[in-house]
Amino acid sequence: MTGCESVPLLPEPKKRDREMAYQPQEIFFRSNAPVTVDEDLCIAHKGCTVCVDVCPMDLLAINPATQKAYMAFDECWYCMPCEKDCPTGAVKVEIPYLLR
Amino acid sequence: MTHSAKNRSTLEQEYDIVVIGGGTAGPMAAIKAKERNRELRVLLIDKANVKRSGAISMGMDGLNNAIIPGHSTPEQYTKEITIANDGIVNQAAVYAYATHSFETLSQLDRWGVKFEKDETGDYAVKKVHHMGAYVLPMPEGHDIKKVLYRQLKRARVSITNRVVCTRLLTDEEGAVNGLMGFDCRTADFHVIKAKAVILACGAAGRLGLPSSGYLMGTYENPTNAGDGYAMAYHAGAELANLECFQINPLIKDYNGPACAYVTGPLGGYTANNKGERFIECDYWSGQMMWEFHQELESGNGPVFLKLDHLAEETIQNIEEILHSNERPSRGQFHANRGTDYRTQMVEMHISEIGFCSGHSASGVWVNEKAETSVKGLYSAGDMAAVPHNYMLGAFTYGWFAGTNAADFVAGREFSAVDARQIETEKARVYAPLDREHGLPPAQVEYKLRRFVNDYLQPPKVTRKMQIGLQRFSDIQRDLDQIKAHNAHELMRAMEVSMIRDCAEMAARASLFRAESRWGLYHYRVDHPQRNDSDWFCHCHLKKDEKGEMSSFKKAVEPYIIPLDAEEMQAYDRLRVGAFAA
Ligand SMILES: Cc1cc2nc3c(=O)[nH]c(=O)nc-3n(C[C@H](O)[C@H](O)[C@H](O)COP(=O)(O)OP(=O)(O)OC[C@H]3O[C@@H](n4cnc5c(N)ncnc54)[C@H](O)[C@@H]3O)c2cc1C
Repeated sequence: MTGCESVPLLPEPKKRDREMAYQPQEIFFRSNAPVTVDEDLCIAHKGCTVCVDVCPMDLLAINPATQKAYMAFDECWYCMPCEKDCPTGAVKVEIPYLLR
Repeated sequence: MTHSAKNRSTLEQEYDIVVIGGGTAGPMAAIKAKERNRELRVLLIDKANVKRSGAISMGMDGLNNAIIPGHSTPEQYTKEITIANDGIVNQAAVYAYATHSFETLSQLDRWGVKFEKDETGDYAVKKVHHMGAYVLPMPEGHDIKKVLYRQLKRARVSITNRVVCTRLLTDEEGAVNGLMGFDCRTADFHVIKAKAVILACGAAGRLGLPSSGYLMGTYENPTNAGDGYAMAYHAGAELANLECFQINPLIKDYNGPACAYVTGPLGGYTANNKGERFIECDYWSGQMMWEFHQELESGNGPVFLKLDHLAEETIQNIEEILHSNERPSRGQFHANRGTDYRTQMVEMHISEIGFCSGHSASGVWVNEKAETSVKGLYSAGDMAAVPHNYMLGAFTYGWFAGTNAADFVAGREFSAVDARQIETEKARVYAPLDREHGLPPAQVEYKLRRFVNDYLQPPKVTRKMQIGLQRFSDIQRDLDQIKAHNAHELMRAMEVSMIRDCAEMAARASLFRAESRWGLYHYRVDHPQRNDSDWFCHCHLKKDEKGEMSSFKKAVEPYIIPLDAEEMQAYDRLRVGAFAA
């Protein structure tokens, strides 16, 4: 390890500045969505929002980029209206992994 | 979608009657209010979508408590519920349900809800309870929400979906004169003036944490976080017998009903690891749960639903019902684990704790007119304290609430809403959105509900519950640290505050009743005996003048249907072999 000696000493920061240096940071948990959508069958691009409408927990949304339905929040009660009411059979509900 | 302060609007509206909660009791209340007086402006408001909201979102397997002429009588039913609830009931409220239940059933039938009938066209009632026969299967009950929706439209009830109600407004004399809430998609704030409000927000289903650790893997539809209990409490209403927790026997991990009510009449039963029956009757009661818990924790545990002795045809029939109705993902759950009713028993476990008068007795106090102790405020369904009321009770009390609220508002004027209450609530609701950083709602909820399990789950221990109270007050401070990134997270953040209120109520109510009662629901290890001389009474809880939670006793109303000592003990003998020779 050469060269370390050559690093110039930084001036000692004031205590307040150092505390400011610790910015809150968020880590997003990964989760496997229990509700998935067959994009070939999904007709959300034609204005259908049935699955989004019926989810009691309000977990589904239309992806603005693809214009297809997807699960936006992982809070599923595996209750099934989204799958049952989908007019084209595009929605599949699986039991959340933690319970499977 | 940042929902920053400048994009949010406040919407103000005015209705004669607002029904909060469009699950089961709520739609009936709204329809019956309109039937009583077509001129009334009635709003049904739900945080979900009324088309598929509430406990009956996917239909129901059956009516648990129908009193049908020729099969049972209101007197007999009132007796049975009095006994199942260890004598602590307002019989007038139970009897009012019992006498009206057949009219409610007939109304649903006329509207097109399908109930099982025998060859002669009579209702095919089954016996599941300890004493009488009240269970009416509805194997084709999937469409119940569709039927209700059609009637809501016909009755011209206004409907607002996706608005989470958070607080009621009260006027100078303490009467309810409106409510507040926010849109869980746009974060817009809603202020709605009303002459009467009907609370039908279901159980407090997110109180305990399921043993799976999965927040939304609850027995109850998790939209019902205890919002109704918290709103009623903050409006000054009395809540009754909250210490009589809801705890249910369920399919392990899946946490839905194993459905002994469906399978029992077809020959299935609850068994121990030897495949033996240990309870005389599968009807859910505190006493039954006590025996269930004993068996679960013993060398004979765990507990199972046993169907593997049944004929193929019967099993197919059971699968047909259980895998298409109520909690239809049951079939998929079993398939994933390779559980086949034909060859294996289904492992069971007990649910997390909750408040629910639909199943036990914990709720907002109401009389036989569905009136709460606050003027202008009515309540019905799981959150209203009429013991063991279940679905038909929710419909029936919804009916009472709608009719009586319609009479109440006749000739009543709107009163001025208090701007201070609105400003305070708006500030409280928006704080998590406006905060720059902070705790995620799901983590706070997880910790809170884990504490609920650690400190409140029966067997209840005094010192543990006191520690629990300390933890819940710490969580109150954490609420001021929650950050919501969007309107959806804001909904969860507000729910955490409701769950916290319920947790504190559960601890205080449990500490107050210094005896054991209702089997497992209120088993206190350091007060193990039932003590009728001091505690044969209701215990109520409310926000007192100082704004604190206070508990007090209320005498049990004189019985209108007397019971003899022998009858009163019927539910003490639920264990197989417990019948004295
Ligand atoms: C899995 C399961 C199986 C059951 N099986 C049976 C059975 O076989 N037979 C039987 O008789 N009973 C059964 N029950 C009980 C029965 O379903 C309930 O007693 C009844 O449906 C309760 O009706 P409710 O109107 O009180 O609540 P729900 O129907 O749950 O309605 C509550 C509504 O309030 C809304 N809400 C909650 N909070 C807010 C808020 N803050 N703002 C706006 N809206 C809000 C919710 O979105 C929901 O739509 C079962 C219950 C469950 C959970």
